[in-house]
Formats: sequence, C-alpha cells, structure tokens
Amino acid sequence: MYKLLQIELYKIFKRPRTYISFAAITALIGIIQFGLLRDGESYVAFMMTNVMQSFSFDGKILNGYLVCYILLQLLLVHVPLLIALVAADMISGEANMGTLRLMLTKPISRTQFLLAKFLASAIYTFMLLVWIAFLALFVSMVLFGTDDLVLQKTNYIVQLPVGDVFWRYIGAFVFALLAMLAVASLGFFLSNFAENSIGPIVATMSVIIFFTILSTMSIPLFQKIQPFLFTTHMVNWKEFFDPKVNDENAVIIGSIQHPERIINSAFVLLLHIVGFVGATIFFFKKKDILS
Amino acid sequence: MHMHSIIKVSGLTKQFKNLTAVNNLSFTVDKGDVYGFLGQNGAGKSTTIRMLLSLIIPTSGEIELFGMNIKTNRSEILRQVGAVVEKPDVYKYLSAYENVALFAKLSGIKVTHKLIMDQLEMVGLASRATDVVKTFSQGMKQRLGIGIALVHNPQLIILDEPTNGLDPQGIADIRNLIRQLSKEMGKTIVVSSHLLSEIEQVATRLLIIDKGKKLVEGSADELFDPSQTIVELDTIDNQQTLQIITESDWKNALQPQRSSTIILKVDKNSIPSLHRSLVNMGIQVISLQPRHNLEDYFLQITANNQHVQAFTN
Repeated sequence: MYKLLQIELYKIFKRPRTYISFAAITALIGIIQFGLLRDGESYVAFMMTNVMQSFSFDGKILNGYLVCYILLQLLLVHVPLLIALVAADMISGEANMGTLRLMLTKPISRTQFLLAKFLASAIYTFMLLVWIAFLALFVSMVLFGTDDLVLQKTNYIVQLPVGDVFWRYIGAFVFALLAMLAVASLGFFLSNFAENSIGPIVATMSVIIFFTILSTMSIPLFQKIQPFLFTTHMVNWKEFFDPKVNDENAVIIGSIQHPERIINSAFVLLLHIVGFVGATIFFFKKKDILS
Repeated sequence: MHMHSIIKVSGLTKQFKNLTAVNNLSFTVDKGDVYGFLGQNGAGKSTTIRMLLSLIIPTSGEIELFGMNIKTNRSEILRQVGAVVEKPDVYKYLSAYENVALFAKLSGIKVTHKLIMDQLEMVGLASRATDVVKTFSQGMKQRLGIGIALVHNPQLIILDEPTNGLDPQGIADIRNLIRQLSKEMGKTIVVSSHLLSEIEQVATRLLIIDKGKKLVEGSADELFDPSQTIVELDTIDNQQTLQIITESDWKNALQPQRSSTIILKVDKNSIPSLHRSLVNMGIQVISLQPRHNLEDYFLQITANNQHVQAFTN
C-alpha cells in the first residue's frame, strides 16, 4: 500500500498540470496582497464605512490576519476547481491514457489501487492548503504585520485579540482540508464513470455550483435539503472566528460560540468523504476495464 | 487438469447487454507453448485475454492459471504474468526508464538500475532510457510495453495484438523476440493477432475463435492436412473456368470462393496433373499458386462456420 501511494504521488508530482494549481494560487494571492499593500486602507474604509461611523479603532485594522481572512473568503470558493483538476482525473485520466489496464494487470488489488489513489489526491489537497496557508497567512503576517482581527458580521462586529487569532486559523485550515477532501472524493467518484478527464472535472464543478446555489438560497423548499448538502457545511470554517462573549460583550479568549456547528459540519463532510470513496470502490470492483 | 497446463479455461462466457462477446469458450495452454489465439476483429480475443487478466469479470465459466483460480488468487497469479493488452499505453510524461521502474515496483520485485537498463537493452531502448515516452514512435512504445511486461521475469507472457501499428521491421523484431523468449528462456506465451501469417510463423499451438466461439484448437500440424494443398488459380476468364471445372473430374476440389480467384484443394503431388488438365481443357492460365498457410486455413474454416450458421439460422 505504501509503495502504491509512493507511485501515485510520484505520478501526480511529475505531471505539469499539478503545478498549475500552485502557480494559480501564488499568482492570485500575490496580486491581492499587492493590491491591498498599495491601496488596502481605502478598501477597508469602504468595507467598514458603517462601523467606522460608530466606533474608532486603535492599531492596524488592515493587518496580516484580516488579509488572510479576506483571501480565504475569496479562495475557498475557487480552490475546489483546482482540487477537481487532480482528483477527477485520478481514474478517468488513467483510462484515457490506457494505463489503467496496464496498472490492473499488476498484482495489486483494486481496493488498494483506489485507496492509494485517493490518499494521493488527499495529500495533494493537503499540500495545496499548506501552500495557501503559507502565502495567505504567513506571508501576509510578514507583509502587513499582526494586530487584533476585526470582522464585520451581518448584525455585529467581532474584535478578536491578536493573541487569540492564530489557533483559529489552524482550526479553519484543518476544517477547510475536510471540506476540500469532500470535493476531492466527489471528483474521485465521478472519475470512475468516465474515460476522459474533462467530463468528471466539469461534472464536479457543476455539482458544487448547483449545490452552492441550493445551499445559499433562502427558499423554504431548499432549506429543507440544505443540511444534507456538503456545500452548506463547507463554509463553516468561519465559525472559528465567532467567539463567545461575556456579559460585557468582551471576547472570551479561546472560545467558539457554536462549536456544535463545526462538529456537525465536520461529521457531515466526513460522511460524504467515506460515502463517495466507498461508492467508488464498490463500483470500481465491478467494473469491466474496456479502455 | 493436465499436469503442465498453465492456463485452463472452462465454459467461459461474457455477455455485454445483448452482445455475447465470448460464448462458452474452453481451452488449455501447456507450459512452454507459444499459443496462437486467432480470430477476426471482434471475434472475442481481447475480451478473453482481459478476462484471463481479471480486467473483465466473466459472466460465467472458470479460469485457472498455474492451477489457481483467478477470482481467488488474483495477485499470486498476476505476479507470474506479464502482459501487453492491445496498445502498449504507458505514462507519456515519464521517461522509458521511469516507466519500467514504476511498473517493476508494482510487480513486487526489487528494482535496481541494472535490472531496468538490462530490460531496456533487451528491447533496444537503452539509448533512449531518459527520453520521455511522448517522443517515441509507435514501434518504440510497443517495445517498451513488452519490456515492462517482461521486467519481473514472468512465467506466462500474454501479448494481445503485439504487432498492431508496427512496420515490417518492427513485426519481424516482435516475432524474433517471441521465438527467443520461448526457445531460449522457456516462457509460455499467448499471442493473439488477426495477422495470421505472423502467428503461423511462431505458434506451436493454435486456437481459432469466431463470434466468441471456439472453432478449432490444436497444434499447427494437427490442424493442417499435410497431404492437401490449397491452390489459387487465376485465368483469363475465371467465370468460364469455374463452369468448366464444375463439369470436370476436379469439381470435388473446388473450395468456397471468397474473391475473383478460384480456390481448389488438391493433393500436393497432383498439382502438375491439374495444370495439364487445365491446359488440355483450353483454359488460359495466368497463375496457379499453391498456398498452404494458416490464413487459408483460417479463412476456410471461418467461411465454413458462416455457411453452417446460415443454414442453421
């Protein structure tokens, strides 16, 4: 199994396509950071016009933590496409190249073969998120410095003390990994039914777009199914930035207002991952390799 | 089961919706055989080979390799098998060296630089070891595919249409390699092809299938009647010649016609006599060509099979 995983990782990181994602992330984050460095103060002033009229803040609102939050809000919508580029290609790409039949004439079980492939795409997903974390969090901290994180929510504002932010990002990235693995497992599942990569990549993105629309529309009919859609739960990394407050409305350090939402969402995402991977194995074991 | 059987297939059937690709097929391959697996395109050769390699799940029937059932001992069996199934597709973005190393690892053997280079040397690709495969010609890819199939020193080698897309030199190279693997290394080889003349030159035993069914199985010597020869006759007016022969003593020698030329099956020693008779009957002969090869045999029995089916339907 370990040998198979090594081989799968070797194949992933030997393909130029793999690095498109890393290059795209670097370019996107770089451009946003450059823009915020040049004209970030006016951007923040525009974003928080109402708040600024009622409150005055000491220190730097536009700091590394806020930049990272802005970047995550933007990126975590688009990263699924980059995940799908690799995950949805895992089986269909091999079928398209004709290497699937050669692989399966070797003394490896189909289940091991699939698990190694999924683990490899999970590692790729993890590395992509580590790269995002490095650029969005650490580079932003260097470029913009650190201070309290001020966030404007729908009905209130949150001011997280500088010492109470970093661990929340760690939690958010771990949660994002789970969300992206759910995307990877969907792409992996769809990859089983095609003999070229384009179909499953487009299908994965279409499902995500379709489910995201259903997840965000406040129509009673849709609201009934929203708890079962993984896209509803993918955005719950934001719960890490919603702390409990005491009677004086001050943030309780190290607290989360609704930890049960995070646990529930993580469970639903985990269930989707297990479900999609399990279904892939089930169908693949019965599949005739005709490519 | 025969003591030296490497493959034993019994009642193998594969149904794809309404199409029966392989129909109750049974055959055995003995140790050391070069087993020619023949059939026209769509006859069911590749489906059978894919079932032998567990790429396709049979609808019914049993497959035993090395005395073990493929369903229950898949990994153990595949450790002893090397295969090229149809096109030799490998990772085009990797080099020849990387491809051989990758598949050698998957075969469960200890991979060394020497082992890989020896393999590439054997298939004539050592000088291109570090080049990525997308720069290779079809013939080079075919040789690389065979190199990959052989890298773990398998006892059984399965080559599905190995000469597809190759030029005459490439075809000759594959033929020589098959001979070398069989005679010098004692490998058991199953080779499928629709290029019958190629199989004829290397196979020690043959299986001919048509529409998924076995037509005939046996050694080349058993399949041919050595006393009989197929003669291809071409004359100025073949239609009239056919009429004359039908009314002569040679009428029983006439074979089903599959082109404008006339086919006769005669005793080898009576060919001069046939020639004299044709001249005496006033037939203007352009050519009289004795042919005794597998292609004639194959086309003859598949044609007969079609006649039988036409009558029985």
